[in-house]
Amino acid sequence: MREIVQPVIVGAGPAGIRAAQTLVAYGLRPVLIDEAPRWGGQIYRQPPAQFVRSHHALYGFEARRAAAVQDAMQRMLEQVDYRPNTLAWNAQDGALDVLHQSRTSTVPYSHLIVATGATDRVLPFEGWTTPGVYSLGGAQVALKFQGCAIGNRVVFVGTGPLLYLSAYQYAKAGVEVVAVLDSASLPDQIAALPALLARPALLVKGLYYVGWLRAHGVRLQGNVRPLRALGDRRTSAIVWRTGQTQHTLACDAIAFGYGLRSETQLADILGCRFSFDSMQKAWLPEHDAARRSSVAGVYLAGDGAGIMGADAAECAGERAALALLQDAGVALDPASVARADALESELARSLRFRAGLERAFPLPVDWAALAPDELVICRCEEVTAGDLRRTVEATGATEINRLKAFSRLGMGRCQGRMCAAAATEILAHCSAQSAQSVGRLRGQAPVKPIPFALVHPVQEESA
Amino acid sequence: MSTPEPDLALLRRVTGQQRERVAFTLDGEALEALAGDTVLTAVLTHRATLRQTELSGQARAGFCLMGACQDCWVDSESGERYQACSTFIEPGMRLLTGRATAS
Repeated sequence: MREIVQPVIVGAGPAGIRAAQTLVAYGLRPVLIDEAPRWGGQIYRQPPAQFVRSHHALYGFEARRAAAVQDAMQRMLEQVDYRPNTLAWNAQDGALDVLHQSRTSTVPYSHLIVATGATDRVLPFEGWTTPGVYSLGGAQVALKFQGCAIGNRVVFVGTGPLLYLSAYQYAKAGVEVVAVLDSASLPDQIAALPALLARPALLVKGLYYVGWLRAHGVRLQGNVRPLRALGDRRTSAIVWRTGQTQHTLACDAIAFGYGLRSETQLADILGCRFSFDSMQKAWLPEHDAARRSSVAGVYLAGDGAGIMGADAAECAGERAALALLQDAGVALDPASVARADALESELARSLRFRAGLERAFPLPVDWAALAPDELVICRCEEVTAGDLRRTVEATGATEINRLKAFSRLGMGRCQGRMCAAAATEILAHCSAQSAQSVGRLRGQAPVKPIPFALVHPVQEESA
Repeated sequence: MSTPEPDLALLRRVTGQQRERVAFTLDGEALEALAGDTVLTAVLTHRATLRQTELSGQARAGFCLMGACQDCWVDSESGERYQACSTFIEPGMRLLTGRATAS
């Protein structure tokens, strides 16, 4: 007799939804755990039910893709055990610990697909904690999910495709985009062209955003180093430089980011083996072409296993589900076997395109050298670059978890999500190592804050 | 260069305003939000500050808006704490930005 197959998927973005759809097609009923109140993930995030907005207004060129993913989920709601507003905060012994409406419970699994997505990769500048400064993803969420702009006169700064996309979305919504300030430069982008041709349609779309912004008189500037946001209790300007020239631009909001970083905490807790990805400059959980992790029965899909974008996330989710089915002893039909090969080819092509994007929008290599001692790196614990440098000098720490223990960096509520990229750069720079040899912050349960009483249930209460 | 008024709204509504109104209070003041607003939107369409940090008392207004940075926790008068970017405003919520008690 075969063991009962109970697949669980964490994350209901494009990867998680396509994975669920694939399992449902083979008669399984996956549990789909979603931190959000409605499915779609960050990229296809749906506004609350009270909003009446067209797909086109919300998602622009991605409207058809967004509708396809969201409708696929809508159609299978009866066949999936969908758990919105649910946080998977720990995993042990074949079960997830989940938090829903202030209650924690366990969800057992025979097979687990981890599709936890990504957040912005942040390299801060002075004043980035000032009200009015948001991550690029945050600026998009404000618009897509709440119909709000982060300000009246917005500067977009950092690098990556999201920089231009979010500026375009704001301008289209009627918000004044004061400038788009890119740390990358034209030579970076020219050098990236051959790889970017792996996905000509995406390349054209990116060029369209840039062209549209330029045609509408938006100031576009490359080779920028943001220095600081001005303003005490709210943002009033941004100071930046190109070469030796310093500039100040009045604005009341700033959106910034340097690409995305994978949410890997759950994969870490599950014991997945990690390795350093020199293209994405990040430690990532390893997986094979079929999306199997190093842990039997655990599969990795979507941006949580390396940033590949939404279309690749759909492919990876489907491929992971097919691998899961095979491993669970389900016979795949010939069409699915052929499909698995096609998905792997698609993902290989996406990887070549991704290499192009990393080349076109590289992390600024001089960021750590230029970061002043006063710069807040960890916004939870208010640890500065100077604190980190002094700690390294005083303790000789060369590994990031040691630095954390000594400095409280990454010990706050966000658990290093916002500061790890920057702290890695600072530590690597001041201890003269590579980002790889600095290591990575270990993921720990709970992956996000949960009420203390849940971890240590109170047995008795005094009257 | 003019310094924007700190007490004015940080966020600006640009679309999707045809929604029911929701009454709540902020630092004791009666205000209105729209159904489907998060607590963060409800507060920051009136003010520029959501909370103050425990360590330095700096004003903060959230950052990632997707439940990751944890920099938008807001207190209520009855002692509850809400992650403002991922909690919807409800009628009668009595929220505190910490402003009234800030030194």
